[in-house]
Amino acid sequence: MSTATTPAPPIPAPMRLRRRRAGRTTANVLKFAAIVFFAVLVLTPLYVVIVTSFKDAAETGPENAWALPSVWTFDAWRDAWNQLSPSLTNSFKLVIPATVISTVLGSLNGFVLSKWRFPGADLVFTLFLFGLFIPYQAVMIPLTTLLADINFPDGIPRLAFAHIVYGIPITTLIFRSYYATIPDELMEAARMDRAGMLRTYFSVVLPLSAPAFVVTAIWQFTSIWNDFLFAVFIITDPSKWPVTVAVNNTTGSLVTPYNLQMSAALLASLPTLVVYILLGRYFVRGLLAGALKG
Amino acid sequence: MRRVRRWGPGLLLVSPSIVLIAVFVYGLIGWNVKVSLSDWRTAEKTSGWAGLDAYRDLNSDPAWDESVHHILVFTGTFIVGTLFFGLLLAFLLEKGVRGEGFFRSVYIFPLAVSFIAAGVVWRWLMNPAPGDRASGLNVAFEKLGLGFLANDWYLSLDWGMAAMAMPAIWALSGYIMALYLAGFRGVPEELREAARMDGASEWRVYRHVVFPFLRPITLSALIILGHISIKVFDLIVAIGGKQLITQTPAVYMWILIYDARDYAEGAAIATLLLIGISILVIPYLVYSVRAERRA
Amino acid sequence: MPRVRFPRRRGRELRVTAARLALLCAIALLFVPAAGTAGPQASSCKLQVFSWWTGGGEAAGLTKLIKTWNRNNPSCPFKNETVAGGAGTNAKAVLAQRLAAGKPPDSFQGHAGAELRDYIKAKQVLPIDSIYRQYGFRKAMSKQLLNQITYKGHIYSVPVNIHRANVLWYNPKVLKKAGITAVPKTWSQFIAALEKAKKANVIPLSMAEQWTAKHLLETVMIATIGPTRWAALWKKGGNWSSSGVTTALNRYKTLLTYTNRDAASLTWQDAGKLVVDGKAAFNIMGDWQDGYFSGSKAGDNLALKPKVDYNWAPVPGTSGVYDWLSDSFTLPKGAPHSTAAKKWLGFLGSKKAQDQFNPVKGSIPARTDANPRLYGPYLKWALRQWKTNKLAGSLAHGVVAPNAWAADIDTALGLFLNNRDVERFQTALVNAAKKRAT
Repeated sequence: MSTATTPAPPIPAPMRLRRRRAGRTTANVLKFAAIVFFAVLVLTPLYVVIVTSFKDAAETGPENAWALPSVWTFDAWRDAWNQLSPSLTNSFKLVIPATVISTVLGSLNGFVLSKWRFPGADLVFTLFLFGLFIPYQAVMIPLTTLLADINFPDGIPRLAFAHIVYGIPITTLIFRSYYATIPDELMEAARMDRAGMLRTYFSVVLPLSAPAFVVTAIWQFTSIWNDFLFAVFIITDPSKWPVTVAVNNTTGSLVTPYNLQMSAALLASLPTLVVYILLGRYFVRGLLAGALKG
Repeated sequence: MRRVRRWGPGLLLVSPSIVLIAVFVYGLIGWNVKVSLSDWRTAEKTSGWAGLDAYRDLNSDPAWDESVHHILVFTGTFIVGTLFFGLLLAFLLEKGVRGEGFFRSVYIFPLAVSFIAAGVVWRWLMNPAPGDRASGLNVAFEKLGLGFLANDWYLSLDWGMAAMAMPAIWALSGYIMALYLAGFRGVPEELREAARMDGASEWRVYRHVVFPFLRPITLSALIILGHISIKVFDLIVAIGGKQLITQTPAVYMWILIYDARDYAEGAAIATLLLIGISILVIPYLVYSVRAERRA
Repeated sequence: MPRVRFPRRRGRELRVTAARLALLCAIALLFVPAAGTAGPQASSCKLQVFSWWTGGGEAAGLTKLIKTWNRNNPSCPFKNETVAGGAGTNAKAVLAQRLAAGKPPDSFQGHAGAELRDYIKAKQVLPIDSIYRQYGFRKAMSKQLLNQITYKGHIYSVPVNIHRANVLWYNPKVLKKAGITAVPKTWSQFIAALEKAKKANVIPLSMAEQWTAKHLLETVMIATIGPTRWAALWKKGGNWSSSGVTTALNRYKTLLTYTNRDAASLTWQDAGKLVVDGKAAFNIMGDWQDGYFSGSKAGDNLALKPKVDYNWAPVPGTSGVYDWLSDSFTLPKGAPHSTAAKKWLGFLGSKKAQDQFNPVKGSIPARTDANPRLYGPYLKWALRQWKTNKLAGSLAHGVVAPNAWAADIDTALGLFLNNRDVERFQTALVNAAKKRAT
């Protein structure tokens, strides 16, 4: 059966970014100044974090927040690495499978709920969406009891499962909005070619999904990596804790070593930052194609 | 039967998710509502019926009034602030600028920093120490000759929670900027050109051509920001601990459940939060379903 | 012909999807072990101990105990399950959830006294009178202490240490500069000294976030109404509307006017640092302040010289009274390794363990037969005081008030810090007592 040649991406003209050469008008100069000004504002807290992480313990404190270190010390970084590195592996073991699975689930759900609907699909979507709003603190006890009762494998798998389940609403939302922009003609064409649901998905929809996958993956990576609440409640074995709990544990119960706290926080956020920088452009491009519009 | 065979596979594919959501979201919400109507007020688990007792206690609890007041101030400031800065940054970038990729990354990066870490830094920045002990932003203001801007930040009785919203605005503005940037770039250039041909000033082009395209984005952003705002916990505790002066319903819920072990009252807060959120979400859903029907 | 194929193809589509889905579920189920295989590992014994001692002297002290335990009990090595965060905030929540889920550790840390009452009432901890008999703890600990941690005739925890809450810390140099010639012993002397400090342009009394305000409140109340009436307040029928309490609350209000405006943004160490940095005259805090002041730099402490860079005295009006609190360990019901757990408790109450732990931690032992030579200058003083003082249980640290009552007081205090209305504060306290006293 001859399928149509690979269809052109259904992304409308706006995708072709019309980059006007920024002329040296006053307006543009002012704009650029404003852009730089805001960039400085946004980076200011980062400055404080970095500078504190390189200070000696005695020097750190809110009263010295702005000062550069008198001696650039690496103690805090060394300690942070020692305290965090065992749990970094846990975090990766957690985030990568959980992100992959929840993204795939979101894609399948989004596809069905937008393009291969069944009676009540809209209601199901609404009910999914409501799951975004459940306040986790209130349900931690029955949640952990439930997970224990069904005997789900303890440790990281259990935590990953929880993240996958609670990731369903947002991933479905993102993919559904994105797939809604795929012209129905493409779906019709596939049906004309006698393609069933899975064939349509794999040959028509999936090839077009890259931007949405990236957007969703970035969002899920960030939220799962930075989650503390689920991790500390669901995993009881300290050796299996992800990095967010290790960062929290750098707070001594009596004395807070600020330089260690800052270096640990930076260290823990580096992987997410890297993901952002590398995939940042896809993020915006993904949104450009309607992933989170309306 | 033919019809079922048509949409059957779809339903089947989504069914695992349906089951999971039914159990882990609605099952737990049901549990929560049940507990809020029970007499489980101490560490000893009891499952008698107590009706609206927990809600009544909450209603007469001055800490609850404080919490609600705080979250309203926080939410208002957070949503308005983030929408404003997100829109502004998107506006500044939308026509293209040198190093756009770099600036975009800079603006979005705060989202990558966990709220706990951001809380610690902002706690320093918003240090309210007066006079010669001033540090953080207060001392920076002094040095820049902007001393009049120095204030009590999150310790202020009336506007403390507005200050508390600043780290949240810092974290989310970049993300909202990305949403709006997509919106700006989704406006067909031809429409703008046409308006300019008709003699409209650039401002009118924005107002009448571009901004209408942004309306659905604002609605999405409102939902996303709204749900973050109501659930925010890490940030508040990192900056203000569990003190009453910065307490929100989410924090109070934690205190009731894990410190006071008043499970029914904690569950009552959760139920009230969900009801509050429904009020936000349902109009959005009605709007978007209608919008889809129209399209 | 396509017509004929059409319906069968659709039907096949459905069946194929169903088959794939079933296969996926089957694979998923493979990961779920059969019910009943999950359960306590009886084979390898690991003593799971839950605490929030994650930093500073506490962690160091715990490490010593762990080493000794592991040496003497190689068959059941120590498994340290600590969660950090605000003097146990996160830890208590995680613990509550584990107990509710029926997965208790072998032992967990808790403040001795009313704080444990929730666990006792929920039958989550077991009485350990037999352990006390077996190891002779009753002879080694103060009778007052034992009375105050006995609930309905039984004891539920082994106190490892004693901290003192009613300590007035001061900087001798600052006092000299302000012209304060003698450390205040009475209320009026205190106010006079605070006035002098105010005139000398230093913070008279440094305070930190809300819980330290609660800490301050209890010392003022004990100073005003005395330990006997203080103890009576916490029993059913305790008179919170008495004039004594009113006086105490008014005195508290006065004291607050001498504190720094930005208290709610400081940690207790920040407030202490203000004193040793010469920016404040006095600070009222528990004796972990001594650990912070004199402890080693390696532990992020200040390494200052006691009696030179800083000094201490009982809170004015409380000489002869020991406002005490204690870290203790319990025996949870259903502890996975209860023999080892009981041995752990016996170990904790021993002279060896307490003299190993406390000098490093910065507290005195709960036992009365400590070796004073192991302890620093402040702790030597505290040891002497413990022998003769009358005991008053701490409010802010879980001795006299169970959790729900303490939370109610927190709310009332938070509101008072906002509005400074003594009448409303007292009414709220009266109501809390009516609601919570048992």
